[in-house]
Amino acid sequence: MQDAPIPATAPRPRSGGLRVPLLAEALLLALAVAAYFLFPYNLGFLTRILIMMIFVLSLDLVLGFAGITTLGQAAMYGAGAYAAGLFAIHVWADPVAGLVVGAAAGAAVALVSGLVLMRAHGLTLLMLSIAVAQVLQEVANKARDITGGADGLRGIRMEPVLGIWDFDFVGQTGFWYALAVLALVFVALRLVTGSPFGLSLRGIHESPARMAAIGTPVYWRLVAAYALGGGIAGVAGALAAQITMLVSLEVFSFALSAEALIMLILGGTGRLYGAVIGTAIFMAVHHTAAAADPFNWLFVIGGLVLAVIFFVPTGLLGLPTALVRLFRGSRNGRP
Amino acid sequence: MSLIANILIDGVAYGMVLFMIAVGLSVTMGLMRVINLAHGGFALIGGALVHGLLTRAGLPYLLAVPLAVLGTMALAWPMERVLYRRIYRFGELQQVLATIGIAFLMIAGVNYLLGSSLLSIPVPEAMQGAVDLGFRKVSMHRIVVIVAGLAMVACLYLLLDRTRFGMRLRAAVDNRDTAAMLGINTGAIYAATFCLGAGLAALGGILGAELLPIEAYYPLRYMVLFLMVVAVGGLGSITGSFLAALGLGLVDTASRYLVPDFGTIFFFACVIAILAARPAGLMGRA
Repeated sequence: MQDAPIPATAPRPRSGGLRVPLLAEALLLALAVAAYFLFPYNLGFLTRILIMMIFVLSLDLVLGFAGITTLGQAAMYGAGAYAAGLFAIHVWADPVAGLVVGAAAGAAVALVSGLVLMRAHGLTLLMLSIAVAQVLQEVANKARDITGGADGLRGIRMEPVLGIWDFDFVGQTGFWYALAVLALVFVALRLVTGSPFGLSLRGIHESPARMAAIGTPVYWRLVAAYALGGGIAGVAGALAAQITMLVSLEVFSFALSAEALIMLILGGTGRLYGAVIGTAIFMAVHHTAAAADPFNWLFVIGGLVLAVIFFVPTGLLGLPTALVRLFRGSRNGRP
Repeated sequence: MSLIANILIDGVAYGMVLFMIAVGLSVTMGLMRVINLAHGGFALIGGALVHGLLTRAGLPYLLAVPLAVLGTMALAWPMERVLYRRIYRFGELQQVLATIGIAFLMIAGVNYLLGSSLLSIPVPEAMQGAVDLGFRKVSMHRIVVIVAGLAMVACLYLLLDRTRFGMRLRAAVDNRDTAAMLGINTGAIYAATFCLGAGLAALGGILGAELLPIEAYYPLRYMVLFLMVVAVGGLGSITGSFLAALGLGLVDTASRYLVPDFGTIFFFACVIAILAARPAGLMGRA
């Protein structure tokens, strides 16, 4: 919304990530703080949204910037969740250390699988990414002694955040903790995507052949981006494990990857704000529709997805541009 | 010995079901370059129609199945004309998302009309029981599935290799712009192929209901499986889909019999290995 002037199809590369001094970020942060005071009894749900935003941001880096079409981002989320959960139970229950462990686990899974995945394209890449997540899910299911199998990993008890703030029953600490991590991830991604590395990812997205021609190691850049995105997805998973104190097999589920993709495209890819806004809108609609009609809410979600794809193909962040075009008379003409 | 026979028969029957459902997906993906995640929805619609015709209208099985297949094709046609035609032009991700949206709507529709419980498809007595083949007994249902699958392969081969429609279709798969330039009505080919694929999926869904039970969430539950067959076989290749469906059906069945604890892991490890070695699939063009 605040980002409207940037053209939807060909985002201008910015010179440095902090040209506008964090105006939009401050606005989003203010919205999050307002939500905290507006919905004091829904903190659990708000925290889930914040965690999901981190996850969708990781997908935005991989998919929106580097152009890696994946439906298996849950593999890294799940790895981070299980790693953080096990670390908290067996080694050290410090939340921040757990995040680091989760990030490392997510990055490691992404790095190893990325070595194979980044050689593929299109449908094959989609299938391989799904297969990795499914294999991990099955491994977690079978390793019942370690992961608790289908019952989930239980008994995670976290120490206070930074040794000061204890996790409370209402979820106030969880909310602020998740918001702080989200803000850090967002700023980090802003810096990364504005860096030469981020710009080279954009270039690869636009034309891998040209980037190879000007000397970019395309394959290794993609592997690096995938690993970085995996690390962030691992942070999201670790956060979820610490705050909900439970890790279930669902963390690896295909539905999670698919929903993250829907949220990202709903908001608009490759702009970071899109990931944040799309997640908030999707989860709010999902929550409301499922509460209003627990049996037929899929109608709403399916209709929403189709409406966005057909009428605002660049995501909701492209809505202002689309509206301007509509009023100028030249209707969103596809080539 | 009997174990191997069991694996072979179950695996081949499973493979045939996978082939029937996936072949339409493979051809439409090869032809229209659209990643269709809603294809399993046609198997669901076929199953739901046959369930309604059998249990509510009380039609005989042999009449209900063709009617359900035709009904699915009749539903697929307007969908192709109204929805899918626009989706062809989208980018990969938009296609994935749009077709997921369509799958959601199909699920919600079946869920709304028939509920989310398992939709039974009672088979006639002639298809129950077992047949003695001399050396061992085989479930009649498996035989019907295998015979129907083989008949379908033969029909598809004749259709694509011996008819004018098949020639035009192959031309359009190879290069649709050139095909259109030569006066082939590619729009009509798309529509016909899409309906044919939907009908095949419906038939596969109905016949395979014992192996892959029909319920509202069918399209999402088995979507990955069908897409794996297509990816392993190679886009647009019927031979590829056949080999992949048969191979994956056998691998899946064998691993369930032999290493039940690690069946899924083994299956996906095989898929990863094949796709890593041949990213375009078995019969795909790089």
